[in-house]
Amino acid sequence: MLESIGMKSMNDLFADIPEDFRLRRDLKLDLSMTEIEVDRLMKSLASKNMSTDDLTCFMGAGAYDHFIPTVVNHLAGRAEFFTAYTPYQPEISQGTLQSIFEYQSLICELTGMDVSNASVYDGAHAAAEAAMMTCAVKKRDKMLISMTVHPETRQVLKTYFKFRGIELIEVPMKDGETDYEKLKELTDKSIAGMLVQSPNFFGIIEDIARVSDLMKEHKALTVVSVDPISLAILEPPGKLGADIVIGEGQALGNDMALGGPYFGFMAVTNKLVRKIPGRICGQSVDEDGKRAFVLTLQAREQHIRRFKATSNICTNQGLMILKGAIYMNTLGKEGLKDVAMHSMQKAHYMQKILVEKGLAEPIFDKPYFKEFAVKFTKSVAEINEALLAEGILGGFDVNQVYPMPNTMLIAVTEKRTKSEMDNFANKLEVIV
Amino acid sequence: MKFYEKLIFEVSKSGRRACHLPELDVEALSLDDMIPKNYQRKEDAELPEVSEIDVVRHYTGISQKNYSIDGGFYPLGSCTMKYNPKVNEDAASNPGFKNLHPYQPEKTIQGALELMYELSDMLAEISGMDQVSLQPAAGAQGELTGLMLIKSYHENRNEHQRNKIIVPDSAHGTNPATAAVVGFEIVEISSDDKGNVDIEALRNAVGDDTAGLMLTNPSTLGLFEQNIGAIAEIVHDAGGLLYYDGANMNAIMGQCRPGDMGFDVMHYNLHKTFSTPHGGGGPGSGPVGVKDILVPFLPVPMISVDSDVYHLDYDKPLTIGKVKSFYGNFNILVRAYTYIKAMGYDGIKEASETAVLNANYLMHQMMEDYQIPEDMLCKHEFVAAGLKTAHEGVSTLDVAKRIIDYGYHPPTVYFPLIVHEALMIEPTETESMETLDDFAKVMKHIAHEAINEHDLLKNAPHRTPVRRIDEVRAARDLILKYKDSLKG
Repeated sequence: MLESIGMKSMNDLFADIPEDFRLRRDLKLDLSMTEIEVDRLMKSLASKNMSTDDLTCFMGAGAYDHFIPTVVNHLAGRAEFFTAYTPYQPEISQGTLQSIFEYQSLICELTGMDVSNASVYDGAHAAAEAAMMTCAVKKRDKMLISMTVHPETRQVLKTYFKFRGIELIEVPMKDGETDYEKLKELTDKSIAGMLVQSPNFFGIIEDIARVSDLMKEHKALTVVSVDPISLAILEPPGKLGADIVIGEGQALGNDMALGGPYFGFMAVTNKLVRKIPGRICGQSVDEDGKRAFVLTLQAREQHIRRFKATSNICTNQGLMILKGAIYMNTLGKEGLKDVAMHSMQKAHYMQKILVEKGLAEPIFDKPYFKEFAVKFTKSVAEINEALLAEGILGGFDVNQVYPMPNTMLIAVTEKRTKSEMDNFANKLEVIV
Repeated sequence: MKFYEKLIFEVSKSGRRACHLPELDVEALSLDDMIPKNYQRKEDAELPEVSEIDVVRHYTGISQKNYSIDGGFYPLGSCTMKYNPKVNEDAASNPGFKNLHPYQPEKTIQGALELMYELSDMLAEISGMDQVSLQPAAGAQGELTGLMLIKSYHENRNEHQRNKIIVPDSAHGTNPATAAVVGFEIVEISSDDKGNVDIEALRNAVGDDTAGLMLTNPSTLGLFEQNIGAIAEIVHDAGGLLYYDGANMNAIMGQCRPGDMGFDVMHYNLHKTFSTPHGGGGPGSGPVGVKDILVPFLPVPMISVDSDVYHLDYDKPLTIGKVKSFYGNFNILVRAYTYIKAMGYDGIKEASETAVLNANYLMHQMMEDYQIPEDMLCKHEFVAAGLKTAHEGVSTLDVAKRIIDYGYHPPTVYFPLIVHEALMIEPTETESMETLDDFAKVMKHIAHEAINEHDLLKNAPHRTPVRRIDEVRAARDLILKYKDSLKG
């Protein structure tokens, strides 16, 4: 091959790199490995972790141990999906494009919104994009965010905003939900919008209509971050006056995988269709009049707008939303309701036994979904250490992010059984 | 064979189910027992009702309408569509990696932290950087993080006036877009006809307000920027920093390193260079590498090690904060780690050599019919300015669509913007000479068709599930979900 292009050695191929910059040594990496060796290495690294196959998981706080039907990974793992790229050539990408179109349709159903994009990186990123979009649409540079929004989401927003000169104002919480009176005081015509999460970080369902009514009074936008599973049984924000609905999509058929890759979904009202960032797939026809799908409204995107862009996102989370869509289709209308109901019923059972046995005190008396905060007489770190020895992954230590000592946020999904929950309570009885 | 034509909503039949949960084993509280009426959903979400085989046939059916690397040659310039070894997937699907909760205690995820720590080190060594953060979720977010670091660096030195980022006109669209999102002003400078930075233009552009320069090397034309030493000096002398867009790393691994060329900060595209799957558009992963001067500003947490115990380290007072929840796209990191371990220093170097050889080999075969300068030495990809001779009205788009008829994925077209009728071709190292020969033959054949049978190009593709799509109609009569299509 070299000879056919008039070269003598591989070195000639790099003759254009100035000598000063040539690396004249080997990279300090290991020597190559065969498949047997790599497989052995990776298994040994994995075995140094304890997975939720080894532990009974009561940890949530943004990543959830929901059941993933086996077809999800079988189908999403098909190489035709897995090893394709962004559908730049729609004639040979109809599989990817149709799966995006169906995903958008499913997200609109769940959220009650008009238009969904093809997803962004994760829930926190969706919040950042939604907040930036809100400020751009309203041409205002102040955004409200409830203190009950996931702390990591608020951190990401702070990072994005400090470089854009947008002011992020945190609305205090009261009894585990947004302090609506304080919110009222903080809202005026200079506010672009409000970001509220429901169920919020503590699992509590927020009064979205109350927020959106107030925002409308001030011609500001309402952004709601939701748990997509909860929307099988909770009134969707689209019916409660939300302008933008976002959320973390992991719960929909994606592995917890130590925090990623996940996907952030994002849906808006028709009015905002030309302002939403990210890719969007639309239905059209081909030259023969046959139904066909294609990326559309590209004038919004970074590669066209370049330095006029308000978002720099390129790709979506293709594989993750494919899993999400397969999950929603496999569970279907009734199945997703079952997942939501069982998670909620089991969470209520869990709280009940912990309180009835006198092991913990409930902190908030508000309606909640699959997660709740309780207070113990010992530190959460101490309790979790002891639970771990019993093969239980306890809940989140709230004191790490809010000044609430001895407070644990416990998540219960449909996967947890009564005996696992009873076992948690029994072990806890010994610990406390 | 006939292609599958249905939407999942058209398969749905009331009462069908693909998945059941076990009987509820706790008290069956009603919704009313748990939450007030006004919070309850009034109308069901109209999710499909299908059986398991319906779901399987549906997704199998639509998957068959996709072109993929596993299916064939995919010379999509700038995207590095190399083969993704299957062993990466085995590693990533190990429960010991995929079933980890991000808030598990550190002592239960030592293997994962060790992997991340070592991957950061390996990426730093490959690029000549001092430290790497694995947090950014994609190349574009890596760029965003990198520019935030540059801004923080200048602000920390009280040089608040440094608000301009210089970007060559050949740059990826994300470069200027990212600079805008981070709140910088953009100064675009021209490139010469070889796609190199115009040194005089750069000299005139830098000043007290220069925050940095964004560059990819090799350039978007696939050519090594030979003046990189001078460019780095001009920018550094003016007090600015150099940002390296890692999109084209596949050309230079083991040969030269951005860190040695004078770059201060860069992102990697793990889905390009390190063979993690593109997945129909994502997930990506865009770690950021920096020189020591920028280390204090990196996102939290970083992974640290203390007598063989790994920790998530949040103690960084000057950090920009977080750009993503948790620690990055971990399960993509597992794949990249597996890839680098399997390849080793020898395989990594050979990958770049073969990528460059393949690109030059294919370029030579195409020179007779496509506009490519004859004396050119390209790196991992090359750009042709369309056909040399063609019937009037035949465009690069027509060539691309005709390539599809011959069973290949077309190259990137109409990018970079500075080349008229651009065809950007990146064969990657994983392709054999036979594949390249066959593709070259097809390209030659198409060049002849463009003169003698141009209708074949204008009407292409002919043998695809759908033919050319009315994009104007898609953007005008918006149908963005199934229910929109029912309105008629």
